[in-house]
Amino acid sequence: MFIAIFSLTVLGGALGLFLGYAARRLKVEGNPLVEEIQAILPGSQCGQCGFPGCAGAARALANGAAPATLCPPGGREVAALLAAKLGVEVNLSEVKNAVPRIAEVQEDLCIGCTKCYKACPTDAIMGAAKQIHAVFREACTACGKCVEVCPTEATRLIPVPVTLQSWYWSKPAMQGTPA
Amino acid sequence: MNPLSSLFSSFRARGGVHPDGRKDLSAEPPIRLLPMPPLLFVPLQQHVGAPARLSVVVGDLVLKGQLIGASGGNISAPVHAPSSGRVVAIGDFPSPHPSGLPSATVTIAPDGEDRWIEADVLDDPFSLSPEEISARVGAAGIVGLGGATFPSAVKLNLSRKSGIATLIVNGGECEPYLTCDDRLMRERADGIVEGILLIAHAAGAKEMLVGIEDNKPEAIAAMRRAAAGTKVQIRVVPAMYPMGWDKRMIQVLTGKEVPAEGRSAEIGVLVHNVATAWAVREAIRFGRPLVSRVVTVSGAAVAAPGNLEVPIGALAADLIKACGGLLSDPARLVLGGPMMGTQLPHLNVPMVKGSSGLLALTGKEIGLRVAQNSPAPCIRCSSCVRACPAGLLPLEMAAHIRAADLSSAVGLGLKDCIGCGSCSYVCPAQIPLVHYFNYAKGELAALEKAKLRTDATRKLADSRNERMARVVREREEAARLRVAKKAAAEAAKAAKTAAEKAEVVA
Amino acid sequence: MSEYLLLLLSTAIVNNVVLVKFLGLCPFMGISKKVDTAVSMGLATTFVMTLASASCWLLEHWLLAPLGMLYLRILVYILVIAVVVQFTEMVVRKTNPALYQVLGIYLPLITTNCAVLGIPLLTTQEKLPFVHSLLYGFGSAVGFSLVLALFAGLRERLAIAQVPAAFAGAPVGFITASLLALAFMGFAGLA
Repeated sequence: MFIAIFSLTVLGGALGLFLGYAARRLKVEGNPLVEEIQAILPGSQCGQCGFPGCAGAARALANGAAPATLCPPGGREVAALLAAKLGVEVNLSEVKNAVPRIAEVQEDLCIGCTKCYKACPTDAIMGAAKQIHAVFREACTACGKCVEVCPTEATRLIPVPVTLQSWYWSKPAMQGTPA
Repeated sequence: MNPLSSLFSSFRARGGVHPDGRKDLSAEPPIRLLPMPPLLFVPLQQHVGAPARLSVVVGDLVLKGQLIGASGGNISAPVHAPSSGRVVAIGDFPSPHPSGLPSATVTIAPDGEDRWIEADVLDDPFSLSPEEISARVGAAGIVGLGGATFPSAVKLNLSRKSGIATLIVNGGECEPYLTCDDRLMRERADGIVEGILLIAHAAGAKEMLVGIEDNKPEAIAAMRRAAAGTKVQIRVVPAMYPMGWDKRMIQVLTGKEVPAEGRSAEIGVLVHNVATAWAVREAIRFGRPLVSRVVTVSGAAVAAPGNLEVPIGALAADLIKACGGLLSDPARLVLGGPMMGTQLPHLNVPMVKGSSGLLALTGKEIGLRVAQNSPAPCIRCSSCVRACPAGLLPLEMAAHIRAADLSSAVGLGLKDCIGCGSCSYVCPAQIPLVHYFNYAKGELAALEKAKLRTDATRKLADSRNERMARVVREREEAARLRVAKKAAAEAAKAAKTAAEKAEVVA
Repeated sequence: MSEYLLLLLSTAIVNNVVLVKFLGLCPFMGISKKVDTAVSMGLATTFVMTLASASCWLLEHWLLAPLGMLYLRILVYILVIAVVVQFTEMVVRKTNPALYQVLGIYLPLITTNCAVLGIPLLTTQEKLPFVHSLLYGFGSAVGFSLVLALFAGLRERLAIAQVPAAFAGAPVGFITASLLALAFMGFAGLA
């Protein structure tokens, strides 16, 4: 019995030492995945995902604490990239339901307070004090920060208008499942 | 190329279908001039690439051929007034596009005189340098008239850069119903041959081949007569859909195959349509920009089908009226050919540079009974695989697209799909295969665009963060300076008072 | 030589660890959605299984048998396997973080993959010599990887198929697995 106790202890100890040594040799500095994920995210630090900035979201994604579809401004494209990076499957059609949106300043309500353009993380709003502000469509990520700060509710998010350049065929209706 | 290899090259061509041609409907009557309609609606985007930039205002008087929209970028084409008259409106008008979305359109009320702008008529257009010809082709707003509407000048410039040995002029016209190229070759063969020689001169091509399907014997005869004594060779190719696909035409005529996802220039071949050759000749010899084209008006619902020379911007309804109106309510209106054309929501859309045909089809012609049935499940009969001219697996690609797995579809060669519709045509289960592919291509393009956009906005966000950090730093710096200054001033003051005190004491 | 080849063939295909012995079904269903991940999982399991077979044989013959502690066999085996898996996890994490992420919970779960414990126990039971044990473990692991990759390929096809709603998802996966097992029964008596 003592032999058994002794030999198992030695065995366990030896294997433990081996693992400890291996852990030291194969130590991973941080999680490289986090940086890679952060490179995919829009980087506008809008906080719509519920995490503090894109770095926080990247950490959550790397730990598997957040779904790949967490980023509303990134839309389907970012969701698809994230899913590929993380090796998970996402239902992209779900993301599609959140139609791409864009900020709009209603000119009759804007008082030119400059709050929105100070808040915009991508400098997508142009304006000056007492001047009506306008949105650069190409730069807007629809993060909604301008909507939060506007004192007169003049900014709002509208669906991105479909143009001849952006239109494409919709997905064919699902075929009836075979009986 | 020896005769044997030319024989085998036509066997090597894979896929394809043989739809009922129905070209006899419109092939016989000669090309007629469309009576000038009361209003012309000229869209600023009639080509692949950036829309033209407007260069007139409402109220302007314009002459036929006058610039109304300048080229809007590297890949773009200018737009010219199709007749003389007054610009009466500029704004959105339904575009001849499956979406029916409005696009920026210049509305011109013709004055009926149809007066050309003063043009530069050349006696010897071949004295121009190739670069000059390209520039003039670009300025004339010529785009690929086969339907692709890619700016021709861009193609010519690219060809000169990549070194072109062979110019192929595409007289395939494999789409059923369409006879506009056929009529053009029968009636204007001399002009087309001159256009071919001009394009070859501009592109630096030594060999000039014209491929014409064997179901157009009159066109072949006319082109042979016109090409006699020149280096232009007329080649007869078997009638089959899609023979007019440029890569298929190249393969049949030269035996070379364009690499997947590649351009024809990579194997030293440049392809232009016969109508483009005609337009080039008009532009170079007579200085006339592209302001009209021949459009086939056909279909069993049309009273008198035929070919019309139509000013750009004429409404579809004007064309139908000129062809005797409609015999019955058409089941479907199609712009272009029945295989690759787009369905029109109504007749209130203008003809553009790429409009080769306007079809009013009856229910019997499109097989309405079939169309009403919903698609049946795929039975994996592989008819579509045999029909695919690009050698793809349409059923597999469609299945992956249905399961939202676009990357697998791309892996199966989605990007090489030309959307010719052969697979949908042969599918016994009526699965809308091409619809799947068009959807997937649109989706991929949208994703690509979104990626570029995300990258751009990230750069903006980064630069803003940097700027904010700098502002904060500068403010702190300034505050520190201020504090230091104040401290220094106080110290100086203290020293002064101390000195004064010392003086007093002394 | 032919004896070794027969051993490999027999363990990899004829007496396939998953489809004939029905060991290691958990990762078989869990990590078979994509061929890429399935192959990676197969490689990791192959590494673990081969190493475990070898070290278990050594322990059995050099430690447990001489000291008369054969009754501690399962305990010692699990200890060794756990260490090997831990080691593998470290290696994977260092060399391929994305794969580490993909394998997720299934990587530590190789420890509880009954095939990994089952194979050393079987080799002990059959009193195989060292090289045979090693090949037995390796062959079984190759068989495991093969079946995993095959099944993942089938499931990739299933993903795009139009399956009746009642069968969609796991049910049709199980049906497919059973058909695959039937197919492997065809190898019975081959070697």
